[in-house]
Amino acid sequence: MNSAALLYRYLSISLRGQLQYRASFLMAALGNLLNCVIELAGIWVLFDRFGNLSGWSFAEVAFFCGAVNATYAIGELMATGFDQFGTLYVKTGDFDRLLLRPRSTVLQLAGHELSLRRLGRLLPGLVIVIAAWAALDLPLEADRLALLAFAMAGGVAFFFALMVLQATMCFWTTESLELMNILTYGGVETASYPLPIYHRLFRRFFTFVVPLACIGYFPIVAVLGVDDPLGTSRMFQVAAPLAGFAFFGVAIGVWQLGVRRYTSTGS
Amino acid sequence: MSANIGPLVAVVSARYRTLLQYRAAAFAGFATQLFWGAIRLMILAAFFAAATEPQPMDLSQIVAYVWLGQALLGMLPWNVDADFRAQVRDGTVAYDLLRPLDLYSYWFGRTLAFRVAAPTLRGIPMVLFAMVLLPLAGLGDWALTPPASASAFAGFAASLVLAAMLATAVTLLAHISLLWTISGVGMDRILTVLVTVFSGLIVPLPLFPDWLQPFLNWQPFRGLADVPYRIYSGNIPPAEIAGELFFVLVWMIALVLLGRLILLRGVRRMVVQGG
Repeated sequence: MNSAALLYRYLSISLRGQLQYRASFLMAALGNLLNCVIELAGIWVLFDRFGNLSGWSFAEVAFFCGAVNATYAIGELMATGFDQFGTLYVKTGDFDRLLLRPRSTVLQLAGHELSLRRLGRLLPGLVIVIAAWAALDLPLEADRLALLAFAMAGGVAFFFALMVLQATMCFWTTESLELMNILTYGGVETASYPLPIYHRLFRRFFTFVVPLACIGYFPIVAVLGVDDPLGTSRMFQVAAPLAGFAFFGVAIGVWQLGVRRYTSTGS
Repeated sequence: MSANIGPLVAVVSARYRTLLQYRAAAFAGFATQLFWGAIRLMILAAFFAAATEPQPMDLSQIVAYVWLGQALLGMLPWNVDADFRAQVRDGTVAYDLLRPLDLYSYWFGRTLAFRVAAPTLRGIPMVLFAMVLLPLAGLGDWALTPPASASAFAGFAASLVLAAMLATAVTLLAHISLLWTISGVGMDRILTVLVTVFSGLIVPLPLFPDWLQPFLNWQPFRGLADVPYRIYSGNIPPAEIAGELFFVLVWMIALVLLGRLILLRGVRRMVVQGG
């Protein structure tokens, strides 16, 4: 069986499993959806109270918010195995079994679960992007759409990479630590607002160390067709999502280092 | 009465000491909340900078609101105790029914310890950081200022005690609902949304639109965060403190009674997961 067929087999089993607990799944999906709606409502409340955010309109900020939520949802949907790696595989010693199988660990973990309740974040994210697109009267041009798709693809690679890094830490710490939540959930929160409102150190960190802005703020400024108050060029904005893929490559490298270091807990 | 209190104190302290074992998790939580606090502050300050009209809170009150919210995050009833969930799942919850204690009080004690353990580990360093280190680093504008007055401090302390008990009562409602739903994953999510929005954690409640204020002022969740934080910063003036404390107390008692009622029904129809 080739890798794609195997992944498909893994994921279809996971889907059937999840549908066994239908009420719980629906509640979880609804909870995710609410989270996303609440986040947008929070932004709206602040706009209602204060009028504007250093020149950005509500629809523009909503665009940032919707895009990053949809992107994150896809990344999380695909990387659930890494998300739960510490608790499910390292602490229990079950990772030994993965290592014995004649397939890559990344493939097996990607196939661990296709977590359906993440749809609860994906759908509202997409709806918000579409609504903001309409509200801003952006022309429906192929290059804008292509750039948005490219930014989101880079973003999925970026968030997948974060989950891989989070899992890699478990080789050292055994239990999953919530430290990575800073970059995952915190990243979603950060990228929901335009980059210039943050302190200089944060801006640099999220551009050069953890390239969150390269898959969110910069390409979206180009999609919106506005000038970046930070003064970046269009060329840079369009190419920026590549950093997401590079980050993914680095994460896989670090993962392989971690696997080499792995010692079973033996339990 | 005193014969009943002894075992409850033992329950609270044993559970509390167990939870204090996870120091690495506490550090991770601390770093996470520091980051959240910083991001929230930058967002709110950027909005605040654009404001032209007078606002219901000034910036230093917002800063206090955000830092206290991060310090005391663990106290908010936004999740269920994973140990408790496991107990319902594998059926060992049945042992609790056999204990010679009032079931609700026993669970209340355990849950109170669960709610209070995290803030002591994370909250104290967070307050020290926001109050002492930030001014030293030259970021005085972003620092947590001391309570507005002595009466604000006393009111804050009293409201925190009430907030902890209110949080416990809400968490217990979620715990009791596990007897029906078993997995409780979804319950966690919905509880998180309700609690974080209506306690004021996402956006401080006074910043919500004026037409929503009557509703926001009467719902129970504001006793968890909004009331204590605004008493602390003086946004709720000393003359109004007693009334606010009474408000939280009434809600706390109402939710405890509701929890007892539902528990009574839950126990009668409970199916213990075997195995």
